[in-house]
Amino acid sequence: MRPAAVVGTGQTHHAAKRLDVSMAGLCREAIDRAMADAGVDWPDIDAVVVGKAPDLFEGVMMPELFLADALGATGKPLLRVHTAGSVGGSTGNVAASLVQSGVHDRVLAVAFEKQSESNAMWALSVPTPFTMPVHAGAGGYFAPHVRAYIRRAGAPEHIGAMVAAKDRRNGSLNPYAHLKQPDITVESVRASTMLWDPIRYDETCPSSDGACAVVISAEPTSGQAAWIRATAMRTEPTTFAGRDQVNPQAGRDAARALWRQAGITDPLSEVDTAEIYVPFSWFEPMWLENLGFAETGQGWKLTEAGETEIGGRLPVNPSGGVLSSNPIGASGLLRFAEAAMQVMGTAGDHQVDGARVALGHAYGGGSQFFAMWVVGSEKP
Amino acid sequence: MTRPLSAPLDVGFDYTRSTGPTLGRFLTDLRHRRVTGIRGADGRVHVPPLEYDPVTAEPLSEFVGVASTGVVRGWSWIPDPLEGQPLDRPFAWALIQLDGADTALLHAVDAGSPDAITTGARVRARWRAARVGAITDIEYFELSDEPADPPTDASPDNDVTMVVTPVNLHYTHSASPTEDPFLRGLMEGRLIAQRCPACEKVYFPPRPACPTDGVPTTDQVELSDRGTVTTFCIVNVPFLGQRIPPPYVSAYVLLDGADIPFLHLLLGIAPEDVRMGMRVEAVWKPREEWGPTMQNIDHFRPSGEPDAPFDSYSRHL
Repeated sequence: MRPAAVVGTGQTHHAAKRLDVSMAGLCREAIDRAMADAGVDWPDIDAVVVGKAPDLFEGVMMPELFLADALGATGKPLLRVHTAGSVGGSTGNVAASLVQSGVHDRVLAVAFEKQSESNAMWALSVPTPFTMPVHAGAGGYFAPHVRAYIRRAGAPEHIGAMVAAKDRRNGSLNPYAHLKQPDITVESVRASTMLWDPIRYDETCPSSDGACAVVISAEPTSGQAAWIRATAMRTEPTTFAGRDQVNPQAGRDAARALWRQAGITDPLSEVDTAEIYVPFSWFEPMWLENLGFAETGQGWKLTEAGETEIGGRLPVNPSGGVLSSNPIGASGLLRFAEAAMQVMGTAGDHQVDGARVALGHAYGGGSQFFAMWVVGSEKP
Repeated sequence: MTRPLSAPLDVGFDYTRSTGPTLGRFLTDLRHRRVTGIRGADGRVHVPPLEYDPVTAEPLSEFVGVASTGVVRGWSWIPDPLEGQPLDRPFAWALIQLDGADTALLHAVDAGSPDAITTGARVRARWRAARVGAITDIEYFELSDEPADPPTDASPDNDVTMVVTPVNLHYTHSASPTEDPFLRGLMEGRLIAQRCPACEKVYFPPRPACPTDGVPTTDQVELSDRGTVTTFCIVNVPFLGQRIPPPYVSAYVLLDGADIPFLHLLLGIAPEDVRMGMRVEAVWKPREEWGPTMQNIDHFRPSGEPDAPFDSYSRHL
């Protein structure tokens, strides 16, 4: 495999309703910023990869057909990637593979979601005949597994609120974030309404319209580059007997492969910052363990000690993460792009000082799709 | 082999579409019996207008008014119109190049018979009297070489920025051959699971194949209607399409003898008193209401037995 790098990133101003733009316009807002950041124009792009959330979420089945001209794909290969909520991460990895393999020199990856055009809670709760209709959207799906984590790890109840307060404060440093809550506190999170016990309102991600794009290239195009040191994706079935829904095998396997490929033996020491897909606050400690930053049952201790704050040992989601902006189809690519921005030094007010190695992570479905990459400032 | 059980599954949602400024302009102008295209980088006039040039991908902004009369460039006869199509009598879908445009617009032509329409035929828009700013403001095109209806004066109505696009899908959901005995068992108040011959895990509801070993789950096992709550959440949030008024407890129940829990409703106890490991039993609906569904079990309730030890269900979390 030859080296490949992120050479430009772009994202929209995420909001509950971006009624001012069509889906095409939303994608282009991110794409135009990414291409300007990379200093490239359409003739420089060899192929386009697009990702979006499941079709029922916004009622668009074939974005590759609907958006081909807006994505600048005329006369070029256009691929669509589809792995539920992790799709943005998978989109980045597919685009990276097209460059690493030598098939293309420069690839544009874009992912989007216009949640305001639909209702994700509805889309996730369509009643199937013969079954019991107790489903309650993503929150209802994940809350029992969060409860299982708390019990298994013996974690104190305030950890989730600490994550939420941190990520929302970080979001206030990010000009593109949907939610900016600089004054949020652990106490105010704990005082917010319990939605899917044990998940409170302030511990859930918003519903956002937004898009993200990255340009991946074999050679730097404008001086800045986040070199892709490793990529990994793993999948497991939604349910099977003995499935560990708190610490899924697919996530552990992906992380192990990722660190090996990146030549990282001690992730906590060797990774400077991580953008981890945390749509519900408790997933920070859960994924810290799943990713190998902490031993099983110990992830919450990093959070509690403040080590995941900007300035801590491993700042997690300095951008504010999914808890601050959640255009589902784009959320994974935002994690990947924000990791790249950190090692390129372009993260602005949420820049982690001296970040040279960063993780981008996404998961989707019922914690069954995992996509991640490690980017670094040094060419491998 | 008997036919597996099946049931209708209707999925419908009124999706919205933010039009953005380009399509918004097109739709707003339709309200005034005007058709607006846009000039591309190569000089062609695209109707409907495109937001981005199909050749250069650059944003387009030069709007061009075109006529509501034009020429059929291609067509397909629809002998049996479907629900939601522009006409309820046989019609032609046609690609129509409006006068002044360089690309064709897809719309309906009310031609009466396939013998009456030809490629190259002249058509004119039949405008709806009450126009809302939608492509259906043109009810259909008619075969005619008469001049177009004149535009109306621009009204002070707000510009179109959003359209509603209802999507309705009608499926027949069929149970798998493996689910079928399970569902027929439910009709008799029996809980029928399947065991994987390789790993011996018992699946309830059963699967056609074991997800771990990939072999058919051939051995039938009947389970009791008692089990253990492995984990749960209290749903306090109302949402579109919800069938049960909140708050309610959505619990994973691991039936005795099963190796995988399933979600069901837990009642008969204050939500705050529900515990992981709580022993529960099924409360069945009256027999005359039974059908091929897990909803025959109205809910689970505490059985009064001591809680199961954590180790007995921890591998099912």
